[in-house]
Amino acid sequence: MENAQTLAGQTFVNPSMDSRPTLLEVRDLKVEFNIRGGVIKAVDGLTFDIKRGQTVGIIGESGCGKSVTARAILRMIPKPGRITGGQILYYRYSRYPDRDGAKKDVEVIDLTTLDPDGELIRQIRGGEIAMIFQEPMSSLTPVYTAGTHLNEAITLHRLLPIKRLGDQMVEAITKYRRVTKEEARQIAIEMLRRVGIPKPEQRVDSYPHQLSGGQRQRVMIAIALSTEPYMLIADEPTTALDVSIEAQILDIMRELQQTANMAIMFITHNLGVIASMADEIVVMYMGKQVERAKVVDLFYHPKHPYTQALLQSVPRLGPKTGARLASIEGMVPDPLNLPTGCVFHPRCPAFMPGKCDKLIPSWNKVGENHWARCLLYEE
Amino acid sequence: MLNYLLRRIGYALIMIVLVSFTSFIIIELPPGDFLTQKVEQLRARGDRSAEQQVEMLRVRYGLDKPFLERYVNWAVNFLRGDFGESFEFERPVSEILGARLGYTIILALATTLITWLLAIPLGVISAVRQYSWVDQVISVISFIGLGMPGFLLALIILYFAIIVFNLEVTGLFSPEYQDAPWSVGKVLDLLNHLWLPALIAAITGIGGLVRIMRGNLLDTLGQPFVEAARARGLKNRTVTWKHAVRIAINPLITILGSEVFPSIVVGSSLVAIVLNLPTIGPVFVDSLRKLDMYLAGTCIVFFTIMLLVGNLVADLLLAWVDPRIRLE
Ligand SMILES: Nc1ncnc2c1ncn2[C@@H]1O[C@H](COP(=O)(O)OP(=O)(O)O)[C@@H](O)[C@H]1O
Ligand code: SF4
Ligand SMILES: [Mg+2]
Repeated sequence: MENAQTLAGQTFVNPSMDSRPTLLEVRDLKVEFNIRGGVIKAVDGLTFDIKRGQTVGIIGESGCGKSVTARAILRMIPKPGRITGGQILYYRYSRYPDRDGAKKDVEVIDLTTLDPDGELIRQIRGGEIAMIFQEPMSSLTPVYTAGTHLNEAITLHRLLPIKRLGDQMVEAITKYRRVTKEEARQIAIEMLRRVGIPKPEQRVDSYPHQLSGGQRQRVMIAIALSTEPYMLIADEPTTALDVSIEAQILDIMRELQQTANMAIMFITHNLGVIASMADEIVVMYMGKQVERAKVVDLFYHPKHPYTQALLQSVPRLGPKTGARLASIEGMVPDPLNLPTGCVFHPRCPAFMPGKCDKLIPSWNKVGENHWARCLLYEE
Repeated sequence: MLNYLLRRIGYALIMIVLVSFTSFIIIELPPGDFLTQKVEQLRARGDRSAEQQVEMLRVRYGLDKPFLERYVNWAVNFLRGDFGESFEFERPVSEILGARLGYTIILALATTLITWLLAIPLGVISAVRQYSWVDQVISVISFIGLGMPGFLLALIILYFAIIVFNLEVTGLFSPEYQDAPWSVGKVLDLLNHLWLPALIAAITGIGGLVRIMRGNLLDTLGQPFVEAARARGLKNRTVTWKHAVRIAINPLITILGSEVFPSIVVGSSLVAIVLNLPTIGPVFVDSLRKLDMYLAGTCIVFFTIMLLVGNLVADLLLAWVDPRIRLE
């Protein structure tokens, strides 16, 4: 761990709000899409970190770059897109340590330098950082059963210990082996049981079209967690589901996270959902990080005018209200023609003429563990 | 599934009855047909043996019976393997078509196989490496293949095969195997003769299929389940073939039955005429020209059966690969 801390500390602003060991550190990440009409800066200077077992929420209106951020971490940015700057430091704990990770070696890998089709990122993808998606209805390949999907992830990433009797007749685990087909099936059934699928022994052989939307998302969660990942990226996992199903899915995620000491990067545009899930929140607007704080601070003392507007647009909080972000005044700007100065200025109620449209705000500390990108907080 | 199967077979049977009925109308349609001519001729001779022959024909083809009865009579005989007589060759139709039927089926199967073996990988490469030079080359070639009439392409390939590469392209057997009994050597000789005609007959269908495969796969590659498969850590090749191609190929199986196979039957008839292959195609065209109607009608029914069986196989294949249909 010491080794990792010194590597990660450096000079960069690396606010530590949480004493748990760091798992992922995104630093000044930039992703651009080079399309016909110009360059879209889908992510522009994103910086945050995720500790082991922590849940970080990423929130913002549709199109602000949340999904692109998630895909950048897994190196799955679609075609015209490219990571053009920054680092994504992944603190890689050696596979299958005892789960507290204390005695284990950590290796720091900058994911942005990896070959996106290479062996290493494919071990991490799905095995160490798993992801679930917004479209549960179409995230399973229609011609394969739930079991086939689970089996793919399990046989690819799960290893089982080969137990040997050591010198003092103590069981010593020295080697790991791949799971057999039958073991994979047992693990699959167990995972389906844990995500609350009834009759998992039968459901494991169901095809996607035989499952409801909520069940499909449960299967997706089962697949993601079947490899015992260190982190789960959940990209609007409940947006396509009914409010009642949504609550169930969120319950399952919370429950499984506690037993697995797994970090979650929870992406949503639903403030109600994020309040019940995350420890810490990053607010994004047009590819930029505009505010970051602990959940309580963000909800009770929002600093950035954009966050304030978001909160005002929600009448009451809590997952049951299903509150959505939709009703902030003004139009989302054209990503190819971003406003000058502060990108939020055309919609900002606190707009300062001659200042906000000229100067680019920097990342300011506005409180304990609390940052905002706004000229109101600059001298 | 059983339901689906029975329904499909039911449709096929109804189609066969309808087509055979139409065929029979066609057989009887031409006023100057062979039978009428023959009877006239014999009548003109007016002697005793001629009278007997006319009488024989009358009984055999039921000339004095009502139309529907003649049809049933013909259909029942057809089922028994008696397809009537070719007036042109003065031999039973079954004798003339017997051996040719097998070669026709073999050629159609070989053509289908080559069409798929070429079109699917080319379409996949084209889609996976969209806009690369490989994609551009494949696209240009398939557009040429699409735009050019099949027979012209066949002639061009024929030209190269004969003049440039000096290949033997006519017939399905070398002279020494022509009448020899079946042996390993004869099968190899057949395959050796078969691949080029099959390729020529396939070539027109390939262009279109490559484009369809490319389009389907590009659509499928953009589907969430492909991204989800990648997010599981699978290799690109596994993602492409196991998850994307597997889905993108389903619509191709449907058109295999409804478009590809029929165009192959027609295309290989053309090629067979040009290359003098012992298939049904050339005989069929000839019989139409000579109004040898029992022969022509039998050919039509055979073609129909081949198409319907092709369709049925495609349906079964689709049900087999797609649980959404299988378990419906
Ligand atoms: N495949 C793509 N091609 C071009 N631009 C894209 C693509 N994917 C995302 N973008 C751009 O990146 C921006 C952020 O997208 P995304 O991260 O999906 O937003 P969201 O926050 O809703 O998940 C979009 O507004 C769009 O301009
Ligand atoms: S910098 Fe100006 S325009 Fe931007 S959020 Fe702050 S006050 Fe509003
Ligand atoms: Mg998104």
